[in-house]
Amino acid sequence: MIVIKRLLHKPWIWSFVAAVTVWFVTIIFTGGASAFGLTQATLTFAAFSIIVGTGQMFVITLGPGNIDLSVPATMTLAGTVALKVMDGDNSMIVPGLLVAIAIGFAIGICNYGLIKLLRIPPIIATLSMSFIVQSTAIWTNRGLRIKPPAVLADFTISTTMGIPNVAWIALILTIIAYWLLQKTIYGRWVSAIGQSILAARMAGIPVDGVRIATYVLCALLASVCGFLLANFSGGAALNMGSEYLLMSIAVVVIGGTAVGGGDSNVPGIWGASLFMFLVVSMLNTYGFDAGIRLIMTGIIIIGVIVLAGGNNSEQR
Amino acid sequence: MINWFTRDAARLLIPALSLTVLLLVIFYLQPRAMSYNGLNLLFNLAVPIALATIAQMLIMTVNDLDLSMGTFVSFVACVVATFLNTNPLLGVAILAASIVVYAALGVLIHVRNLPSIVVTLGMSFVWGGLAVLILPAPGGQSPVWLRAFMVSKPPLVPLAIIASILIAVVAHLLIMRSSLGVVLRGVGGNLRSVERAGWSIVRARATIYALAALFAILAGLALVGLATSADANIALRYTLLSIAGVILGGGEFVGGRVSPIGAVIGALTLTLAGSFLSFLRISPDWQIGAQGMILIVVLALRLLFNRLEKQRKSA
Repeated sequence: MIVIKRLLHKPWIWSFVAAVTVWFVTIIFTGGASAFGLTQATLTFAAFSIIVGTGQMFVITLGPGNIDLSVPATMTLAGTVALKVMDGDNSMIVPGLLVAIAIGFAIGICNYGLIKLLRIPPIIATLSMSFIVQSTAIWTNRGLRIKPPAVLADFTISTTMGIPNVAWIALILTIIAYWLLQKTIYGRWVSAIGQSILAARMAGIPVDGVRIATYVLCALLASVCGFLLANFSGGAALNMGSEYLLMSIAVVVIGGTAVGGGDSNVPGIWGASLFMFLVVSMLNTYGFDAGIRLIMTGIIIIGVIVLAGGNNSEQR
Repeated sequence: MINWFTRDAARLLIPALSLTVLLLVIFYLQPRAMSYNGLNLLFNLAVPIALATIAQMLIMTVNDLDLSMGTFVSFVACVVATFLNTNPLLGVAILAASIVVYAALGVLIHVRNLPSIVVTLGMSFVWGGLAVLILPAPGGQSPVWLRAFMVSKPPLVPLAIIASILIAVVAHLLIMRSSLGVVLRGVGGNLRSVERAGWSIVRARATIYALAALFAILAGLALVGLATSADANIALRYTLLSIAGVILGGGEFVGGRVSPIGAVIGALTLTLAGSFLSFLRISPDWQIGAQGMILIVVLALRLLFNRLEKQRKSA
């Protein structure tokens, strides 16, 4: 009983409860036939939003106004250029990944450079940056349709021990993120800055260093996600990142991370990502068309925040 | 003598300056743009963007942000191109209902103390879904009167310019000069003191959300009038463009510091940025990028100006 009580006080538990509920509702409809397939598909597709969501979570934790809108553009550019570098050649996989990571690194640095040098709000800095990155992606991608290297494409769509490889990657990345956030001085600094940037500065925390590292980290995760997604879907498309802008923010917030910053939640990202994909597949299973599906998704997001928001205010 | 270096003046001066410079360069590159038709073509598409920017600015006045602006304008466009055309009464009823929804959102956000970003994020799915339900494929038709109005050619000054000025003046009177506007900006500046002064914050939030919906509906109308038909994705870019326009025009995310005239100028500048590149004969691939570059350049100028102002003060 004590264990359950303790669990119920964790802010991330609700996203998991919601995910499991939706999972059961979907399975009941199909009579248990698709339980295995649904679970695998969910883990695969959720993995991508988990990876970008984790990066977004670090940025949002930095405090009010911190948000990275360049995530979709970064994903697209990293995926496009990496495929171009690899050119379907199995031996070029490592250089391809390195190029994707380098792109993420550069975009992260530029993002924070704009924020710091021009003293503009992160929303506008990352937005301007995303316009430029998107244009670069359009320019490089022009008329190109390159297949990913066979080995890599196989890797991203196959499973190990029954669990999709991309989900394993997401798991490893989130464990590292959890460790960074909870166990390292860097993670404590991120939370401290989110709670009060002024107090953090007074306490001698290298605020600029921490913030630049966080924006770089977010861009890095986005570029890795773009790299995986491009290989998974058999080629890069110019709009491949677009749905991840709203998704990355949604999973962070539904996962129980404070929108105002200073309090983040890694397990919640998993629960929220699984939940978001399950909702879509549930509505699909029940045969709703695209319009209804979108409306329900929206209502569910608002419903979750209304419920979760209520919880928070009671605690305070 | 007017002091041009005051903060409020500088707030308007830089956006105005950047628009002028951009316009002059375009005139230099393509003198034929300096005509009635040329100007109309240049600024035509700016009208709906300017209206959406004002809508976004209203939301930003109370320190909120509307991430559903683009999908809402798309939704309105779909309603206009279908219901408003075939069954005007129903069309008007739907649009009126959407204003009520917006006001209700304002109340919900305030009462439950919710982050506006998340609520409007959720709403963006709802509007998008409704738009897809109304128009699963691009189509519909603009009401004849609307089309006629948007392509009308008033003497001397093109409609696009008259409309932009009109939008700026109306929004300016509403937000900067009316007593309602002062209260609304006060909510953004210091919520507690406005509340203690006896104003209802809930009513203020509801009002500003409803007003924003009204301007967004006008944006949808203008867009359909120009495009003659609609599509569920027609205005998705407006979310980010409207935020950028407000900031470009000297507005800020917090504190109720906004500038309606600046916002319209910001929207015009962003629209021109796209055409500017085609005049330079640079590939259209870079059109979005140019908007990003211009944002960065203008904001850099603003920083420079603020520095100058500080130096003058300390000197």
